[in-house]
Amino acid sequence: MARPRIAVLAAALGLVALTGCGAADMTKQASPYAAAQGARTVTLSVQSWVGAQANVAVAQYLLEKELGYRVDTVQIDEVPAWDALSQGRVDAILEDWGHPEQEQRYIEDKGTITRGGDLGVTGHIGWFVPTYFAEKHPDVTDWRNLDKYADELRTAESGGKGQLLDGSPSYVTNDKALVKNLDLDYQVVFAGSEAAQITQIQQFAKAEKPFLSYWYKPQWLFEKVPMTEVKLPEYTEGCDADPEKVACAYPHTPLQKFFNTRFADKGGDAAAFLKKFRWTEKEQNEVSLMIAEQKLSPEEAARKWVDANEPTWREWLP
Amino acid sequence: MTATATPATTPAAGASAADAPESAHAPDSAAATSPAAAAPSGSARTFLARHRSRLIAAGTAVLLLLGAFLLGGGTWPGRMAVDLSGPLGDTSDWIIDNRDSHPLFLHVLGHVSNAVVLSVRAVYLVLLAAGWAGVTAAAGVIAWRVAGVRLALGSVAAFAACGLLGMWVPTMQTLALMVVAVAASVLLGGLLGLAAGLSDRMHRVLRPVLDTMQVLPAFAYLLPVVLVFGIGVPAAVLATVVYAAPPMARLTALGLRGADAGVMEAAASLGATARQRLLTARLPLARKELLLGLNQSIMMALSMAVIASVIGAGGLGDRVYQALASVDVGAALAAGVPIVLLAVVLDRVTAAAGARLGDAPARGARLGWAIAAAVTAAAALAGRFTGRLGWPDAWTLDVAEPVNRAVDWMTAHLYTGVPVIGGTADWAAHFTTWVLDPVRSGLTWLPWWAVLLLVGALALIIGTWRTAATAVLAMAGIGVLGVWEPALDTLSQVLAAVAVTLVIGFATGIAAARSARLNRALRPVLDVFQTMPQFVYLIPVVALFGVGRAPAVAAAVVYALPAVVRITAQGMAAVDPAAVEAARSLGATGRQQLLQVQLPLARPALLLAVNQGVVLVLAVVVIGGLVGGGALGYDVVFGLAQGDLATGLVAGAAIVCLGLMLDRVTQPTERRATAGKGA
Repeated sequence: MARPRIAVLAAALGLVALTGCGAADMTKQASPYAAAQGARTVTLSVQSWVGAQANVAVAQYLLEKELGYRVDTVQIDEVPAWDALSQGRVDAILEDWGHPEQEQRYIEDKGTITRGGDLGVTGHIGWFVPTYFAEKHPDVTDWRNLDKYADELRTAESGGKGQLLDGSPSYVTNDKALVKNLDLDYQVVFAGSEAAQITQIQQFAKAEKPFLSYWYKPQWLFEKVPMTEVKLPEYTEGCDADPEKVACAYPHTPLQKFFNTRFADKGGDAAAFLKKFRWTEKEQNEVSLMIAEQKLSPEEAARKWVDANEPTWREWLP
Repeated sequence: MTATATPATTPAAGASAADAPESAHAPDSAAATSPAAAAPSGSARTFLARHRSRLIAAGTAVLLLLGAFLLGGGTWPGRMAVDLSGPLGDTSDWIIDNRDSHPLFLHVLGHVSNAVVLSVRAVYLVLLAAGWAGVTAAAGVIAWRVAGVRLALGSVAAFAACGLLGMWVPTMQTLALMVVAVAASVLLGGLLGLAAGLSDRMHRVLRPVLDTMQVLPAFAYLLPVVLVFGIGVPAAVLATVVYAAPPMARLTALGLRGADAGVMEAAASLGATARQRLLTARLPLARKELLLGLNQSIMMALSMAVIASVIGAGGLGDRVYQALASVDVGAALAAGVPIVLLAVVLDRVTAAAGARLGDAPARGARLGWAIAAAVTAAAALAGRFTGRLGWPDAWTLDVAEPVNRAVDWMTAHLYTGVPVIGGTADWAAHFTTWVLDPVRSGLTWLPWWAVLLLVGALALIIGTWRTAATAVLAMAGIGVLGVWEPALDTLSQVLAAVAVTLVIGFATGIAAARSARLNRALRPVLDVFQTMPQFVYLIPVVALFGVGRAPAVAAAVVYALPAVVRITAQGMAAVDPAAVEAARSLGATGRQQLLQVQLPLARPALLLAVNQGVVLVLAVVVIGGLVGGGALGYDVVFGLAQGDLATGLVAGAAIVCLGLMLDRVTQPTERRATAGKGA
C-alpha cells in the first residue's frame, strides 16, 4: 500500500525539481541544431518564395565564408516568422512585405524586434495576364475590360465565371474584396501554395492559354513567362485601410529587414553585416533565377553571384 | 440511400442473434452488440435483427417526410451557430502577450520546451560525433543482431544512400528528433496503455480519447502547439508525440488485457504480488504487442516529421518543404527518399525483432552484442581519425536533375491533347464538373436536418446507437462551429476521393490476393506510397491536373490507396480456403467464387478498408488545401500561415468532427482489435 504513495511522492518531487528550480525563459531558446560544432551561429528565416531564398543564400554564403559563422535556416510563413523572431528562434527576417499589426505589437509595444532597414528591393503586388495574351488583346490590361474576357478565363474550378488565380494563404491579398467591389465577373481560386500556383502558370504558358493571376514583383517567373500587369484603380495612401471596402491597386513597398532585438544589439559582426546587406532587384533576380530555373542549389547560386560581384558585397562587410 | 442500406445487416447483430442471448459477457462485445440485443424474446429479437436496416431505412424515410413539413429546407441556421473568432482571437493575444512573463510559461511549459531542446541536441551531438561511419556501422550491426544479415546490409545501404543523396546532416537532424519523439511517445503511450490495461475504468475512459486522437488530422493541432511553444523543435516534437503515442497506448493495453488467464492464475497462486505479476508475467507476455506498438509509433512519428517542417522542425522535412518553394520536384524527392528509407529500415527491423521474440536466445548472444559494439566504436574512431566525420561532399549523387527532366516530360506530354483519351487536365476538368460539382451541390442542397438524419441512419445501420449518436453530434458540431458549407465542400471531396480509392484499391487488392507474384511486386511500391511525404507529390499532381479540387482528390487517393490495397489483400487471403474449395467442387465459376464466397466472407476486412480509406483521405484534406482544394483544408493552412487561431482552429475542429462522423458511419461493428499495419 505504501508503494503507490511513494511513487506519487517521487513524481511530485520530480515535477517540482523540474519546474521549481527557476524560470525557463521562452524567449531564449535556440534551435538544438545550432552551433553544433562550437561555432558562432546565426539563424535566418526563409520564406517560401525564391526571392527570399536568394537573400538568405547570399547572406549565408558570406556569413560562412567571409565571417566564419555557421548559419541555420528555417522555412516559416510570414506571420509565424515574426513570432519566431520575437522569441529568438530566428535572428533575422531579410525580406518583409509589410505587417503593420505585427510591427505594432513586437516593435512598438514589446520591443523584442528591431527594424533592420531597407533591403533595397521594392515589391509590388498586382494582377497579371501573360504577355502573349495581352499582345493579342491589348485592352485586357485595363480592369474595366476584364469582364469581356471572363469566358476565355473560365476553368472547371471557377464555377461559370472567369478565374482569378491566387496563391499561398500566407500572402497579403485583397482580391476577394476587389472582385466584389469592382463588380467583376470573376471567381478567386486559391492555389493554396506558391508552388502550385507557379506550376499551374507554367502549364498555362506551355499551352499558350490565357490566364489571370495574382502575382508579384520582383519574381523570377517573369523571365520564364513574361506577364503584363492589369491596371487596377490607382493606389492612393490609405485606400486599402478597410479590407472590406478596398477598390484600388496594391502599393509599391520597399521591402524591409527585421532583427531580433537581442541579436541586433549583441550579434557582433553578423548583425553589423546583415544591417548593411542591401542589393537591387536585378541582383536578387539573378540569384533567384539560378535557384529556380537552373535548379542550382541556393549555395551554388550564391557562390556564383559572390564570385562575380565582389565590389558590391565588400561594402557590406563590417 | 436504400440501396446502400439493404445489404447491410450487421454481422455482429446476426451473429449474436444466433447465439444465446447471454453471449455478451466481455465488455467489448457488449459494446459491439446492436441495440436489438435488448429485445426481450428470442423471436422478436431475431426479427428485429434480421430487418434492422430495413426498419431504420423506413424510420428515416418517415422522419425525412416529417422534417420536410416541419422544418423546411436550407443550410445550417445562423442562430444555431457560435462565432468563436472573438474569444479565440483573445486567447491567441493573451498567449502572445504572456508567453514571456506568465508563470505558466516560465515554470512549466518553458521547462518542457527546454527539456525537448536539450534532449534533441544531445542525441544530435552524439550522432554527429559518431560520424557517418559510426552511425552507418551502428545501424548495420544493430540490424544484424536483431534481424539478421539481410536487413543489416539493407540498413547500411539505406544510410549510405542518405549520404549519397547529399542529405546526411538533415537525415541526422530528423533522426535526432525522431529518437526523442519516439521515446516520449513510447513512454507516454506505454503509461496510458498500462493504466488502460490494468484498470477497466481507465480502459473505458481512454478508448474514446484514443479513437479521437487517431482520427485527428495532424495539421489540425499544429497551430495551437505553435502558439504556445513557438516555431521550432519543441513544438514539432510535441505535435509528433500527440500523433504517435495512441498506437503505443492501444497496443500496450491490448497486450496486457490479452495475457493468458492461466499464467496469471499460476503467478497469483505462487504468491506473487501485483507488481511482481505485472513485471514478471504480464509485461513479458505482452512483448509482441509492445514491440508492434513501438513499430507503429515510429511509423507515425516519421510521417509527422515532414508535416512538422511546416512549423520549423528542420531536417529532411524542411528540405522537402524548401524544395517546393523553387518548384523543384527532384530536390524534394532527394529529401523524401531518405525518409522512405528510414521508414522502411526501422519498420523491417522492429518487425523482425517482434517476430523473433520468444525464440530461445541464441548461444553467444552477449558475445554478438560485444562484437557489434566493437565494430561500431572502431568505425566511429576510424572516421574520426581520418577526419571524415561529415559525409564527404565528393560522394554525392545528383538525382534532382534527371527526376525533374522526367517530371517535365511527363507533364508536358500528358497534360493535354493526348489523342483519343484526352490529357490529364481534361480528365481533371471532367471529374470536377461531372463528379465533384454534383456531389457538392447535392450535399449543400440537402437541408441541414436531413444531413444529420442520414448520418444517424447510416451509423445506426452499420454500428450501434452509440456510434450513431457520436456521428450525429459530430456533424451538428460542425454546424455550431459555423462552417457548415465549407465542411460539406470538404465532405464532397472526401466522398469522391474515397470512391476512387475503393474502386482502385479493391481491384488491386483482389488481384494481389490472387497472385503471389503481384503481391510481392506491390509491397515496395505500397511502402513508398505510404511513407513518401505527401509534399513531394504536390507539384506533380498540380502539373498533371491543374490547380483545384481534382489534384487534391488525386493526392488523397495516392495516400489512402496502400492501406486499402493491403487490408483488402489480407482480408481476401484470410478467407477460409475450405469454403472456396467447397464452392469450386460445387461447380462455381471463378467469378461466382469471388462474388458469392470470397467477397462476402472478407466483408469485415472490406469494411475496415473502407473505414481506413475514409480516415486517411481526410488526413490529406489539408494537403489538398495546398493545391487548390479550398474549403476546410485551405482554412487550416490559412490559419497556420497567418497565425489566425480563429480561422485555423475552427476549421481544424471541423475536420476533426468530420473525421469522427465519417469514422463512426463507416466503422465496422466488430471493432478493430489492433491498430493494424498501415492503419
